[in-house]
Amino acid sequence: MTHFEAVLLFSLFTSIVFGITQRAEPRMMIRFGAFCFGLFVLGTIAASWLMWLIKH
Amino acid sequence: MIATEMANNVQVPARAAGRSSSMAFLVLIAGWLVPGAGHFLLGKWIRGLLLLVTLVLMFSVGVALRGKIYSPNTGDLLDILNFAGDLGTGLLFFAAKIFDLGQAAVVTATADYGTKFIVVAGLLNVIAAVDAHSLATGRKAS
Repeated sequence: MTHFEAVLLFSLFTSIVFGITQRAEPRMMIRFGAFCFGLFVLGTIAASWLMWLIKH
Repeated sequence: MIATEMANNVQVPARAAGRSSSMAFLVLIAGWLVPGAGHFLLGKWIRGLLLLVTLVLMFSVGVALRGKIYSPNTGDLLDILNFAGDLGTGLLFFAAKIFDLGQAAVVTATADYGTKFIVVAGLLNVIAAVDAHSLATGRKAS
């Protein structure tokens, strides 16, 4: 498993649970889950580039 | 004082609409022991199934990546916290201990990821169990 695949899996699992537990309506659950998934993945990519910039 | 009274006023009808406290406690414990079981007891089948599949998969991926499952310890603070997180997976934790899973030393980056998958699966399961408890008491609407 690559590092990026691990990020995607972690984000998917976590977002599903966040969506179900943090919202009451099914439509809002899906929206919040998708929002969390996007934030996880984009946040990880942004943090990765930040670390690359710090190193170089 | 006023805030407390307001909070109480809000919670009274919610509690009246919810189930008995013993049922809510049962839902909490069931949700902790088996991911999604609290939602199953409340008839939330789709949510329960999603939680069960998601958390068991997350735990399994963690074990497959050769992540570590912590034992009760009084050593490093992080080890204690990781053990508390692992314990959140309920019966999965005890099954892993019985079958001697997650005992190898963490020597690769993916094994470290696996360790985090297992800990976070436990923490998410606690959130799911508390969510089921909130549904049972009426604190969460639906």
